[in-house]
Amino acid sequence: MSSSPYHPHTVAPRVTRISHVVENLPPSGIRAFFDLVMSMDDVISLGVGEPDFVTPWRIREASIFAIEKGYTSYTSNRGMPELLREISSWLARSYDLHYNPSQHIIITVGVSEALDLAMRAIINPGDEVIVPEPAYVSYAPTVALAGGIPVSLPTWHVPGFKITPDALDQRISSRTRAVVINYPANPTGTSYSRAELEALAAVIRKHDLLLLSDEVYDQLSYDAPHIPIATLPGMYDRTLYFNGFSKAYAMTGYRLGFACGPEPIISAMIKIHQYTMLCAPIISQMAAIEALRNATPDVREMVAEYNRRRRFIVHALNLAGLPCHLPEGAFYAFPSIAPTGMDGVTFATRLLQEERVAVVPGTAFGPGGSSFIRIAYAASFDNLREAARRITRFVARHAPHAVSPSTALAS
Amino acid sequence: MDELLQILSRDARIPIPDLAAMTGRSEDDVRAAIAEYERRGTILRYRAVLNPEHIDAANGKVRAWIEVNVTPQRGLGFDAIAERIYRFPEVKSCYLLSGGYDLLLMVECDSLHQVGAFVAEKLATQENVTRTATHFLLKIYKQDDDIFHGGDSSERLPVSP
Repeated sequence: MSSSPYHPHTVAPRVTRISHVVENLPPSGIRAFFDLVMSMDDVISLGVGEPDFVTPWRIREASIFAIEKGYTSYTSNRGMPELLREISSWLARSYDLHYNPSQHIIITVGVSEALDLAMRAIINPGDEVIVPEPAYVSYAPTVALAGGIPVSLPTWHVPGFKITPDALDQRISSRTRAVVINYPANPTGTSYSRAELEALAAVIRKHDLLLLSDEVYDQLSYDAPHIPIATLPGMYDRTLYFNGFSKAYAMTGYRLGFACGPEPIISAMIKIHQYTMLCAPIISQMAAIEALRNATPDVREMVAEYNRRRRFIVHALNLAGLPCHLPEGAFYAFPSIAPTGMDGVTFATRLLQEERVAVVPGTAFGPGGSSFIRIAYAASFDNLREAARRITRFVARHAPHAVSPSTALAS
Repeated sequence: MDELLQILSRDARIPIPDLAAMTGRSEDDVRAAIAEYERRGTILRYRAVLNPEHIDAANGKVRAWIEVNVTPQRGLGFDAIAERIYRFPEVKSCYLLSGGYDLLLMVECDSLHQVGAFVAEKLATQENVTRTATHFLLKIYKQDDDIFHGGDSSERLPVSP
């Protein structure tokens, strides 16, 4: 019944129909900024967390062929056996990492769904999950939505934004159930050497925890080969390994990922998946088979291109007076903007308004990120060069003392 | 291939400081490497890539690919006859191929008539040429990695996590 001034509700209206958990989720740090960017023209965006390359043609062609041949049905809950086998053999030949396709792997709608399933499969109300910060925006909310408590592990002041064994150890309590790690990382590009992973693994083993390792940027490693932490001694049985097709194969819109790990946990995840998602789209699964079989040369070419852009933009940012570590992987640079005296939101907003370059404020990746911005260099080299020119001009205008002397000489 | 050559083969106008930053080498090192490639003839020349559809249409140019069967000469093989043919300025490319014919030429002329005249008067009359087949260019879809027909377009969200 509609309400009117003459017929007021006799029952007090609910304050909200939204659950407490969802009501208390912090809003996305990107949303407001996104709206501002959308309202402007001719913006060079370095704010995009996905490849600028279109999916390699051989993969797109395989999807078209799949549709033509009538592959439009459900698949088994776990995923197509053929793709499960391809994933298993790809992990074996890339990393000497061995998972049985019919026991240890589940194919999901992106790594996002896999993470959500994992949280729901392992968390009891009140369990704590340690999430590094800065981190990709989804980890803490998926913990909270599963009834757990995300415990932040800040790495803002550690060189390279790395998790250190001591810092990790200190965040662990009797309620800690699991630890999330992501490398190469969004938003910092940080990765870990074998020795660094060994040290973290020792802490995980000591406290008998589960490790959720998001390695979706693994193939975008530039300086050293990627090492899955599940391959370290004593880690195979306590690691959930996540990977997907979005980044390396430029397949974000296909929404396809997978998780590998101990059989009981994967089975529990399949239980949730079968009731909530049923299966990942068959067309995407058919495309992924082609990706794993034949797209390695395409990946190699994209990675070589990202690497040139990485070196270029990090060099340019440091020259501009924004200190930036050389990220080992992914396609992000994460410079400090402290020398300008601005916070990240102010910097990003003014850079957008004055120079029409979009970057993401560091606070989108954790409340401690106010003196950082994320720059995604998944953009054409021409755009990157022009953006670097504009950022240099912007910093010089607002913080002339910050600019490196060699830039001042050159200009 | 040296990464420097890969980059330059796509865009020869990237300034030295940018090339140095992209490859993680010093500017002096990049400058020296390029000078050495030029000296050795690894880098032959730098030129602009023109859109042939614009140029051919504007100038009324005609392009044709011509298959040529030749009788190889004792002691000289195909080289001598190939040289006699590729020295004509109309011949822009000349390849020796395996298969049903020997030489493949790309020729460019001002008119169909001129292509015909080249084939009839200069090419088919060569002593060792036994057969020619001329194919006129109608449309370029892709050339040297550049797509001239539509191509990819996609709209990404301007900001995403």
